[in-house]
Amino acid sequence: MVDTLREQTTRMKIQRFDIEDGRQGIVHVIGPEMGLTLPGLVIVCGDSHTCTHGAFGAIAWGIGSSELVHVLATQTIRQRRPKTMRVNFNGTPSEGVAAKDLILYLIGVLGTSAGIGYAVEFSGPAIRQLDMEGRMTLCNLSIELGAKMGMIAPDEVTFAYLQGLEFAPRGEQFDLAVESWKLLASGADAVFDKEVDIDVAAVKPQVTWGTSPEHAASIDATVPDPVAESDLARRASLEGALAYMQLEAGQPIDQIPIDHVFIGSCANSRLSDLQSAARVVKGRRIAPNVTGWIVPGSLKVKRQAESEGLDRIFLDAGFEWREPGCSMCVGANGDLVGPGQRCVSTSNRNFVGRQGPGALTHLASPAVAAASAIAGTIACPEMIGYK
Amino acid sequence: MKAFTICEGYAAPLMHDNIDTDLIIRIERIAKLKRGEFAPWAFEANRYFADGAEDPSFVLNQVPFRKAQILISGANFGCGSSREMAVWSIEEFGIRCIIAQSYGDIFFGNCLQNGVLPITLEQNQINALAKVAASGATVKVDLQTCTISTVATGAISFAFPEAQRQALLTGFDEVDQTLKIVSQIDRFQQEDRRVRPWVYTVG
Repeated sequence: MVDTLREQTTRMKIQRFDIEDGRQGIVHVIGPEMGLTLPGLVIVCGDSHTCTHGAFGAIAWGIGSSELVHVLATQTIRQRRPKTMRVNFNGTPSEGVAAKDLILYLIGVLGTSAGIGYAVEFSGPAIRQLDMEGRMTLCNLSIELGAKMGMIAPDEVTFAYLQGLEFAPRGEQFDLAVESWKLLASGADAVFDKEVDIDVAAVKPQVTWGTSPEHAASIDATVPDPVAESDLARRASLEGALAYMQLEAGQPIDQIPIDHVFIGSCANSRLSDLQSAARVVKGRRIAPNVTGWIVPGSLKVKRQAESEGLDRIFLDAGFEWREPGCSMCVGANGDLVGPGQRCVSTSNRNFVGRQGPGALTHLASPAVAAASAIAGTIACPEMIGYK
Repeated sequence: MKAFTICEGYAAPLMHDNIDTDLIIRIERIAKLKRGEFAPWAFEANRYFADGAEDPSFVLNQVPFRKAQILISGANFGCGSSREMAVWSIEEFGIRCIIAQSYGDIFFGNCLQNGVLPITLEQNQINALAKVAASGATVKVDLQTCTISTVATGAISFAFPEAQRQALLTGFDEVDQTLKIVSQIDRFQQEDRRVRPWVYTVG
């Protein structure tokens, strides 16, 4: 597969960021960090988490191989106009609540089918306060809401992030581009097919307990009881999820013992994610029965983190500091969680078998994943004495 | 692309919501297999025990559903990963049509690229159809008239977007269709290059 890709890109003169190239990494990490991802672009890629790039005010979504052929052959793609949904994140998030918590909370409230057929705009004061990396995390999980496209209107935060990046416009061209990008935001009178309001002050750190991202709950909650679900088919599916996850209704989520922690993936492998985890880990040791992996999203992230000494903090705590890639998010290349093993993961999918046959996945933010590694159970940073 | 007009056969009920593409085809298979080699690995985790033996409790291992041409399922079928091999594996198994409450958007698009018809129905209609199909009755799907028929239920109408319906009925290649308007695409690019030069240059 890799050989074919090398051969074809060379033949067609398509620029490639190969394994020995200093800019290699997960496409949804390196596109933005090199300035290839810009506001107003239409971006498609053979990966469902292409919605990540919507954080820049691009229309970005994942496609299959046939549509990819169409794009390469024609420079276009045929699409039906999606319905529109706006999600307003109102208020100010509490201390310790990350972008990952906001989006998991939303998916928990609306469900994984809510976004089907929609392009979603994330908006509101809590979104404006997020840095670009937080916005990418949020847009990354649009597809877990059912929406193949999620986006955030570009603003000064976006423009400041892009200025000076390798592939971003420079000088006069940059000023010209910014003028054009400022026009992209939805007008004050814009009407959406669906509008949702979320009060972020009520959001606590989130963890999933089941086998769908919509099985999200506050970390201080208990595993829900399927009996509370009146629809019998849905009740059976919740019971199936608990049986697969080897959990009992009523169990406190923050006391569930774990075997693995994976901090990485296109959802949460950027520098600020590693900084957030390192702050929690610093001066502490990983629990004896836990294997902890840190997988930076790109070589650039890895080098930046090393220049700040984050690798030492993780290694001293007993984590493995690994090479950039998708790794344990998708159980690729043998990076697997074993059958019946329980993993707190900063990735975006807790599907049955996603991290390996029989693997049990709990999705969470980098700070919660880091605290869980130290505690040996699902835990928030406060539980291990972090302030 | 293979055209779709009528499909008549057994319909296997897989009555869960949120059947994801990771479950339909595993990542290891995607990396190693080519188009035409996926049929044995569709729903691998459901079809086989860890030792490779078939699990007789899974519907696609049962008579007559081993030869099913239609799948009936719940909400959000094909959610998750964009891997088109999920559609390939189902299609290579022999499925030409899926009837579900809703679909992952990317999976829906991938079906259209492969001559697989993804029909959307209401939950109560699906439950009624699943009950009939589970008894081993055959189901006939006609895209020309947009109807699903069984002896027990009679004809049930379904809606399908017209442009996509025509594409499936004719089986035209989408790339060929688009290349017919290549001069319009060129004109758009020339104008866009003037308005947004930074899109077409680097740095």
